[in-house]
Amino acid sequence: MFWLFGMLPMVLLAGLLALFAKIGPAGVFEAAFPPIEELTIERIYFTEGRIGVEVVNGGPEEVTIAQVTVDEALWQFTAEPDAVLGRLDRATLSIPYPWSEGEPHSVVLISTNGVTFEKVAEVAALSPVPDGRYFATFTLLGVYVGVIPVLMGLLWYPFLRRLTDRWLNFFLSFTVGLLLFLGVDAVDESLDFAGEVAAAFQGVALVAAGIVLAFLAVSAVDRSRKVVAGAAGASTLVLVYSIAVGIGLHNLGEGLAIGAAYTGGSIALGTMLVVGFAAHNTTEGLAIAAPLARMEGRVSGLVKHLLAAGLIAGMPAILGTWLGGFAFSPIWSTLFLAIGAGAIFQVVWQITRMMGRKPEGSVFAMLNAAGVALGILVMYGTGLLLVS
Amino acid sequence: MRGSLGAAAGLAGTAAMVEGDSGDRSRPATVSEADRAYGESGQYEPDGDPHGHDSSGTVGDVDVSQFDPMKFLEEFDYGQVSTLPDGRTLREYAVVALDREIEIAPGVFFPAWTYNGQVPGPTFRATAGDLMRVNFTNAGAHPHTIHFHGVHPAGMDGVFEIVNPGESFVYEFEAAPWGCHLYHCHAVPLKRHVHKGLYGAFIVDPPEGRPPAREMVMVMNGFSTEFNGENTFYAVNTVAFHHAKPEHHIRVKVGELQRIYLVNLTEFDLINSFHLHAQMFRLYRTGTSMETFELTDTVMLCQGERAVLEFQYDTPGLYMFHAHQAEFAELGWMGFFEVVGE
Repeated sequence: MFWLFGMLPMVLLAGLLALFAKIGPAGVFEAAFPPIEELTIERIYFTEGRIGVEVVNGGPEEVTIAQVTVDEALWQFTAEPDAVLGRLDRATLSIPYPWSEGEPHSVVLISTNGVTFEKVAEVAALSPVPDGRYFATFTLLGVYVGVIPVLMGLLWYPFLRRLTDRWLNFFLSFTVGLLLFLGVDAVDESLDFAGEVAAAFQGVALVAAGIVLAFLAVSAVDRSRKVVAGAAGASTLVLVYSIAVGIGLHNLGEGLAIGAAYTGGSIALGTMLVVGFAAHNTTEGLAIAAPLARMEGRVSGLVKHLLAAGLIAGMPAILGTWLGGFAFSPIWSTLFLAIGAGAIFQVVWQITRMMGRKPEGSVFAMLNAAGVALGILVMYGTGLLLVS
Repeated sequence: MRGSLGAAAGLAGTAAMVEGDSGDRSRPATVSEADRAYGESGQYEPDGDPHGHDSSGTVGDVDVSQFDPMKFLEEFDYGQVSTLPDGRTLREYAVVALDREIEIAPGVFFPAWTYNGQVPGPTFRATAGDLMRVNFTNAGAHPHTIHFHGVHPAGMDGVFEIVNPGESFVYEFEAAPWGCHLYHCHAVPLKRHVHKGLYGAFIVDPPEGRPPAREMVMVMNGFSTEFNGENTFYAVNTVAFHHAKPEHHIRVKVGELQRIYLVNLTEFDLINSFHLHAQMFRLYRTGTSMETFELTDTVMLCQGERAVLEFQYDTPGLYMFHAHQAEFAELGWMGFFEVVGE
């Protein structure tokens, strides 16, 4: 009986919806409205003498792709598994087209009702196939961008350890600045990808959900650890790993961007993307090292954590380049970046809370505020190197 | 499959179609050679050379039981013929405006407004001096008219006499002058009524007739499937790339005089054009004279302009014809004459 009352509204809702669908007043509109068709081209890639198009039906109705044009010319194509796409169905089109390297190409899909869906590939370049050579290249890119810079940043640790509390707070504040910037940056990029996501997958809502859920998850883990361990040291370790995970997800996003840019041909325009990300990420090593400098304990034990945290922060860049290069998907890119942003914001909150336990540790103290500002400026400055 | 020669050929290059692997430029292609790209089964083989013309174009085929462009090409409506007391010929036509969905490219449907359920409407044909009586009924959802080009009294011009849904009107006038004309709806908004499909060719023959020939009607048109003022598809006689498909090539006999009644009813674009490959044609503008002509292989027409084209082919093979705006050609306004010997 108790459960029955819990279910009652749901049962009534189901009944109402069924009734609405069957005899609802919306029937009046049906004749007047043209069919709502909505295809989203998620990815265009190029192979020898051929253009590949990955498409998803994010609309409410079934859509049939009847014809395809490339650069305003009707062209032959084949569709796998089918040119008829039900709701949320996907298809891959193969178009035998003599595309030209380095030039833009526009692909238009024409539905059976004459509705058109366009996407422009800004720079055509042979898309990487998942073979050993490309895996090695992408791995190396990930190492350059993620792993090495973060580990180099960790070398600040001995320096940080010898600082007085006053200056350590300054560097922690500096870290807060770095992370704030990274977080905002991740949200921005996440929203960029969200714009490419098919409407049915609600890109912007996905961004918000990713941020909130990541924030909640990291907080919950942190809290349960504290309740169990009770020690301040353990809490700092959790903080360090939280930072590492947040930065790691952010670097995963960077990896995605690099992989996708490579596939889209734009990385060929300059190594500045890699250089910029590397400079950017070296400061991330500092962000991990600074809280650890507060921890008491044997140095050898800490080095272990330092290395582990560095790898957690840096390695996802490799995974990102693989995903971005071989299987770019705007949905996953959106979600990963949003989760990264959420984790980063949670960490910012945690660091400021930890610092704030002592009055001189407030981020609003003059020196600390200057640290935050400097962190943001440094990130902005290294970001300028990214002429993408 | 195709030689590398074909790879370098752009639109203007019949070379891609005419030359096989031999690279012999003087040798015209045979039909079977061109068909080979489509495989034994006649199906398009997508693994072909992406540069070849066989990799461009539409996928699939339209349902010709609904509208057959090949049939339309050579179909003339002479009306119901009788003789008036004064000895003149009376030609009576029944025309009904109908809203109908038509197939403008394989699998692509367009909500058209039509005369007699087809776009273009029937090709009316009479001899100069005949009395035309066109019984027009509007069974569509919007007001329509028929505005004929040519000479007739003001009241028969189909501009002010709006025929509302369910109403009828009788247009009566003498077919004059002889030439290649056209008709279309003149209700407002004009652009919409023309673009939706209410148009056709109207041919008035000279009393002494024209020299015997194989005759064709080509109405150049386009369709903006999103109604954004930009044509998504172009064609002659509605169906994009129809005559580019091997099974719908226009068969032509060597040495036989070909006559095309060419009418431009393309909406939105300022002009359209016709280009014939590997041959010149005699261009009789508006078809109102048989003495004055121009020898050319390309003609440009604005909307409402029309011409009579005459030519013949002396060598068997595949010959392309298309709009010489490459964009129109690649969006459907292209086809082939397949010239065969006796």
